[in-house]
Amino acid sequence: MNTFVVLVEDHPGVLTRVSGLIRRRGFNIDSITVGHTETAGVSRMTIAVEADEFGARRIEANLYKLLEVLRVDNVTRQPSIFRELAILKVKTTPETRAQIFQLAPIYRARIIDVSTESLVIEITGNQDKVQSLIDVLEPYGILEIARTGRLAMLRGTGTASKPPEDEQDFGAAKAEEDLISHSV
Amino acid sequence: MKKTGAQILFESLVREGVTCVFGYPGGAILPAYDAMLDYPIRHILVRHEQGATHMADGYARATGQVGVAIATSGPGATNMVTGIATAMMDSVPIVCITGQVGSKAIGSDAFQETDITGITLPITKHNYLVTKPEEVARVVREAFYVARSGRPGPVLIDITKDCQQSSCEFVWPEEPKLRGYRPSHTPSSREVEQALELINSAKRPIILAGRGIQQSNAREAVLAFAEQANVPIAMTLLGLGAIPASHPLNLGMMGMHGEAWVNTAIQEADLLLAFGMRFDDRVTGNVKTYAPNAKKIHIDIDPAELNKNVRVDVGLIGDLRTTLEELQPKIAATDRSDWIAYISMLKGDSAVRDIQNLPDNGHLYAAHVINDLWRETRDRETIVVTDVGQHQMWEAQYYKHEDPRSLITSGGLGTMGFALPAAIGAKVARPDAEVWVVVGDGGFQMTMCELATIAQEGIDINIAIINNGFLGMVRQWQEFFYERRYAATPLVNPDFVKLTEAFGLKAMRVETRGDVVPAVREARRHQGTVLIDFRVEQEDSVYPMVPAGNDLHNMIRRPSAIVETGADA
Repeated sequence: MNTFVVLVEDHPGVLTRVSGLIRRRGFNIDSITVGHTETAGVSRMTIAVEADEFGARRIEANLYKLLEVLRVDNVTRQPSIFRELAILKVKTTPETRAQIFQLAPIYRARIIDVSTESLVIEITGNQDKVQSLIDVLEPYGILEIARTGRLAMLRGTGTASKPPEDEQDFGAAKAEEDLISHSV
Repeated sequence: MKKTGAQILFESLVREGVTCVFGYPGGAILPAYDAMLDYPIRHILVRHEQGATHMADGYARATGQVGVAIATSGPGATNMVTGIATAMMDSVPIVCITGQVGSKAIGSDAFQETDITGITLPITKHNYLVTKPEEVARVVREAFYVARSGRPGPVLIDITKDCQQSSCEFVWPEEPKLRGYRPSHTPSSREVEQALELINSAKRPIILAGRGIQQSNAREAVLAFAEQANVPIAMTLLGLGAIPASHPLNLGMMGMHGEAWVNTAIQEADLLLAFGMRFDDRVTGNVKTYAPNAKKIHIDIDPAELNKNVRVDVGLIGDLRTTLEELQPKIAATDRSDWIAYISMLKGDSAVRDIQNLPDNGHLYAAHVINDLWRETRDRETIVVTDVGQHQMWEAQYYKHEDPRSLITSGGLGTMGFALPAAIGAKVARPDAEVWVVVGDGGFQMTMCELATIAQEGIDINIAIINNGFLGMVRQWQEFFYERRYAATPLVNPDFVKLTEAFGLKAMRVETRGDVVPAVREARRHQGTVLIDFRVEQEDSVYPMVPAGNDLHNMIRRPSAIVETGADA
């Protein structure tokens, strides 16, 4: 699984352009999240895609073809923090409710809603942790799952979204470096 | 001064140097058409919007300038899709302008509404939906800049009717500033060093010359490189003309219907130098067995082309001409006469099979027609525009192109119906050149309505129909791979001579080899468009042939030893 952090112009239709491009090049998007950044007019996408090393390079080079794409970072093999938020609705009985209440803190998950026959748990963590909680709760009967998909950020002071020093040259040097290092 | 969006559109086109547009009016583009009358722009009225896009494409391929097509919303816009996809695949700079329903009606399934920016997303380099007159000038400026810079391609501008009608102050913007667009690149010095090392140590190198040479005006740079290093040159279909066919290092075309010696040389090479080509499957055959002993250097303007189809050892991303000019002084002058002599030996074996050596047996072969056409038209600047199929391959084999932009053909998308309208565009762009359409009887009927455009606009081109009464290339595949079961390939054709005459144009029919040259001469003498219906051998096939997905050296050869392609002069 490859994770790309992609900075894009905050224009209508950019999500379609990005997702359509990855699809038509024959790759399947596992998850995609979009949100505003610290810079006005710039949105940040985190895209998780199944691809080998050459595939990942092709995706990156193709993303740079879109006029609205400002910067692409493949953070897969860089020291990074990956996070996902999931909300799970689980069936409960008076007996199982207490068991689930005991399980939740192990995952640092929070119970955010309780009714007579169900409860809702919120968990934040990497994909493995979220999946592990889902597996543990499966026997109780999961009624509904909502997941945000992956977010990523580099560890340390390095950033994938350095604010532009020269507005016109935003990420250009970085992109140039990515693109010319394509021969293997 | 205040102007309407429609006026700003044409004001901007004029400022971009546009003198001619190809189009078809309709409701949502009417304000623009009304404004057009006040600007110094020639409008060519087509008979189908697909034709307008192919004409803009032919215009662009003939000159390198951006071609412009205009249509209305809905069906007008969707009719452009094939032409836009054709331009996208062959990296042709065109700008397509479509009317759109009023901005308030968007999304309401209004009459003739279609989401053309959504539809063309994957087949344009970029596209725009414009709803305010203030945006028009900037968008036109950007569209032309994007279309022609970097790896060129089609750009579509969809303009709502209310945007065309409402007014604002006209301001011509400065140079486009697109912070996410990076059309130019320079290879790193490390990669240049690696490339030089491979080039200078290669014993059996070969240049694969593609369309990028024409796009980057790199003919002289490629020749200087090849001559300095004594490297033979193999051509892609879209590369033909980039290097003179008569140049001693030019081997001819590679690939599925390439010359046998060229494919063999590629398979035995120890270094491939890919110049502005993209390792299309029609060029490589089975990639697993493609040039197995060769190191590969790829020079291309588009980073996404590297390692796409074939893994390369060194990739140089940048403009071809600039990159070659940087490499050339550091290339060692190397004697590679053994390698070149070896290829000549391979060639000698095939050349004796040349169909030109076949005595006239009463049959008219397409190869004869093409070869005679070439001999007759060598005396002046000629552009040949071909369609897709057998005739396209025969043209590539038997017409010896000397000049860049002298062959215009749909390579990547393989669009039947391309030739006739593209030739109209080429003639409008280069009125001094002689333009010949070489087209099959099948493809001609896909866009033959443009004969009316020729008649109305007074276009002077010549049309050679290679008429074998079949969808010939499909028939050939059926013969080779489907036990001659001719499903839906025999054609019952109209009388092309009478048909052409109905448009008020001149037409002739040729059935014997001896009549080819007199007919060509008569067509050339005649003022105005002439169509010649060449009735050729019905079940002839294009040889050699690498069946799709096969190893490049596994070619089907012509069964008769005397008739196969070959270089002659």
